[in-house]
Amino acid sequence: MARDEGGEGANIQRLLASLIGEELAKALGDLGENELVLEGVEISADELEFIIQPPAVPKVIPKPEVVAKPRELLAEKFEIPKMEWTGSVVEVKLGATRSEGGTRGNTIIIGGEKAPAFYTFIENPKHRPAISLDIFDTKIRLAKAVRLAYQDVLDNPPEWARMCVEKYGADMVNLHLVSIDPLIEDTPPSKAAETVAEVLEAVSVPLCIGGCGDPVKDLKVFKKIAEDFKGERLLINSVTLDMDIAKAGKMIGETGHAVIAFTSMDLNHARELNRKLYDYVPKDSIVMDTTTAALGYGLDYAFTIMERARLAALMGDEELQHPISSGSTNAWAAREAWKALPPQWGDKLLRGPLWESVTALTLLLAGVDFFMMMHPTAAKTVRTVIDSLSKRIEEIPKDVIYDWITAEV
Amino acid sequence: MSIKRVSPMDIYKLLPRTNCGECGESTCMAFAIKLVNMEAVVEQCKPLLTPEYKSGYDQIKSILKPAVAEVTVGVGENAVKIGGEYIMYRHELTYLNPTPIAIDIPDTMPDDAVVERIRKVESLKYNYIGRDIMLDMFAVRCTSNDPELFSKTVKLVTNRTSWPLVLCSLNPKAIEAALKAVADQKPLVYAATVDNWSEMIDLCLRYKVPLTLLSHDLDKLVSLAKTATSMGLEEIALDPGTLPKEYLSHSLNAYTMLRWRACKEGYELAGHPLVGSTVTTWLLVDGDKNEKSWWEACTAANLIVRFVDLIIMHSIEGWAILPLLILRDNIYTDPRKPVSVEPGLRVIGDPDENSPVMFTTNFALTYYTVLSDLEAAKINCYLLVVDTEGLSVESAVAGRKLTADVVAEALKESGVGDKVKHRKLIIPGRASRLSGEIEEVSGWKVLVGPLDSSGIPKFLSEKWPGED
Repeated sequence: MARDEGGEGANIQRLLASLIGEELAKALGDLGENELVLEGVEISADELEFIIQPPAVPKVIPKPEVVAKPRELLAEKFEIPKMEWTGSVVEVKLGATRSEGGTRGNTIIIGGEKAPAFYTFIENPKHRPAISLDIFDTKIRLAKAVRLAYQDVLDNPPEWARMCVEKYGADMVNLHLVSIDPLIEDTPPSKAAETVAEVLEAVSVPLCIGGCGDPVKDLKVFKKIAEDFKGERLLINSVTLDMDIAKAGKMIGETGHAVIAFTSMDLNHARELNRKLYDYVPKDSIVMDTTTAALGYGLDYAFTIMERARLAALMGDEELQHPISSGSTNAWAAREAWKALPPQWGDKLLRGPLWESVTALTLLLAGVDFFMMMHPTAAKTVRTVIDSLSKRIEEIPKDVIYDWITAEV
Repeated sequence: MSIKRVSPMDIYKLLPRTNCGECGESTCMAFAIKLVNMEAVVEQCKPLLTPEYKSGYDQIKSILKPAVAEVTVGVGENAVKIGGEYIMYRHELTYLNPTPIAIDIPDTMPDDAVVERIRKVESLKYNYIGRDIMLDMFAVRCTSNDPELFSKTVKLVTNRTSWPLVLCSLNPKAIEAALKAVADQKPLVYAATVDNWSEMIDLCLRYKVPLTLLSHDLDKLVSLAKTATSMGLEEIALDPGTLPKEYLSHSLNAYTMLRWRACKEGYELAGHPLVGSTVTTWLLVDGDKNEKSWWEACTAANLIVRFVDLIIMHSIEGWAILPLLILRDNIYTDPRKPVSVEPGLRVIGDPDENSPVMFTTNFALTYYTVLSDLEAAKINCYLLVVDTEGLSVESAVAGRKLTADVVAEALKESGVGDKVKHRKLIIPGRASRLSGEIEEVSGWKVLVGPLDSSGIPKFLSEKWPGED
């Protein structure tokens, strides 16, 4: 027990230093004797006893009951966090220009991160996440808000693609060949390839080509398309664990396209699929998709799996060092996105696109590099946030941080 | 607790080690494991609260101290806890105190408008997985700069709601006037800055209420924290300023750095709850009310994901609030607990041998959604809950957790075939691609149901029992 009534002597300073750590003690010292009025310092026996215990965890600093009234703010410098990320995400190039053997007007590179998403206090990301908009080769059920955005082009994939790029500013177009499903139209590979040719003709951005989810039929169609459009560096969506991976991998490797490795919310499966693909496909041609669930319908799982994958990659897990893809369009599976709810929950034409936006924005912060989206307003929102977060900002309207308190809005 | 996980042994050796069982666990080791997993509180060990074990108790409290101090705002059953977090990333353990959202009330608003706003905010309740989720607090802003009017409005608000309050003003006189009236409600004061810190800290010490420190400059922010704590004010929160849209990176960087330094580097001055106000959106975003609400919601969503422990908002549009309530719920769900229900056969209502048989997955949300639709429509049926390892229908089909074989096996095991005399199974619309195979493997005739369970009543009235 140590006690000193209203003193300001060196004894107390030393005692404080031993109890409260160097930072505070140094600051107290910095003030100079005349500026510091210690109104009372009391250290209890328990606190002293605690100090001699070997602490189980570093930095358990007991708080002395210091009641000091400084005249000036006690100065402290905030140190930027020290982080060491030893791994990095591979860069994957999508699309190919004429000089590269394709016909695209531009290419897009995703990945390359050396820090968690948008930790721009460490470094600005080298590449910005890309946004593709979905189009379908046959009529499917769409929420009203989505239907309204594309109503004139829904039965015309090339026009739809053009609208995505020219009107809505998509970085890429994501053509889903839903009609190849044996349970829907069972469109043959040759017909599917014709649709791909039409869309390639209609837009000059890189293309992502999606199958129907049937591992046998998808592989047949992907093979035809990969061969017909060799050199375009399409993004094939997707290869799954229940596919003939050797066959799929060999075909993609030989034709030089990129591929999405799709697994269902399980990092071990994601590693396994990537590992199997490495035998045939260069690492810089693999994007991974660990499944996107809608806000309210498992988004927490999707978020945490992606965040874990990315952090593991940055910590050196080589099998997870791939750009991450998210089908944020899945947000529309949430009934809150498309259904009329009681009036207090507002217009579903706003609620739905916001649902997709929030789903995508959440996963953006987990580390997504490639978005497949549906509603143009949601895509534009995510684009705006990406552009803002991709660079460290020095000049801010700092008055607003205080002025909102009194502002009439 | 901030830098690395504590071993249960570190706790065990400080416990009485008598295995008395008073805490509900059979052994002290089992209790120690619960403590390090944040599944029990140390006060459940009654012997530890006696003078004999005071040293052990104090040490356990220190070891288990969260990286982010916990601050309680409000009193009684509506009190909210902010902060109290142990980890940076959700998968490292779990987040503990869901981010409360406070809705602003300017003191220049006419009384009847204030009352109406409170009523409207409190009516925004949504049933999600069997629970009501809703907003949490009110933030009264002194827009008048008149202490008397501020105090009057604060009193009006406390008379009309039992939700906790944030008192927003940079004018110490206004804050003091309000605290005189409602300090016993333990409001959160917002905010102390580099200009008013001395008076604000004094006030909060005197009235024993928590204080938010506000500075866009992180050096100044931690200087405020250092000053407040050295003056003995323990319950503080930090706000580095929230800016939307093109300035968002300022805010996300600040919140991320503060949380990293608290959780990963054990820097105590950053180890306080983080506060963000998205009301700034209304000053910075051009456009109409909807556009401002849109960006406010998007910014708040980013804050929920990036570590913020309390958000002050202006918009009360239902379409903007609902995604935030659900996002917060999702992010603060314990990732260690599967969000699934027991698979098996459920008897809904009072079915007979002609009643429909349908299946869904064991993802809790899917199950409760289907259940509430069936119950609301007073449908009598058998509902087979198929084990999809907690995935929704669509994800389970895509991920091959829901296959014809899985369904056929579940159907057989449930014994529902003995309870009904028909052999017709209604399957979710999102599993329609399995219909042929299910018929083949199970021998039951498949009726493809609606894509959303809200369509079941209509589906049954039109399609059930159908032809044989």
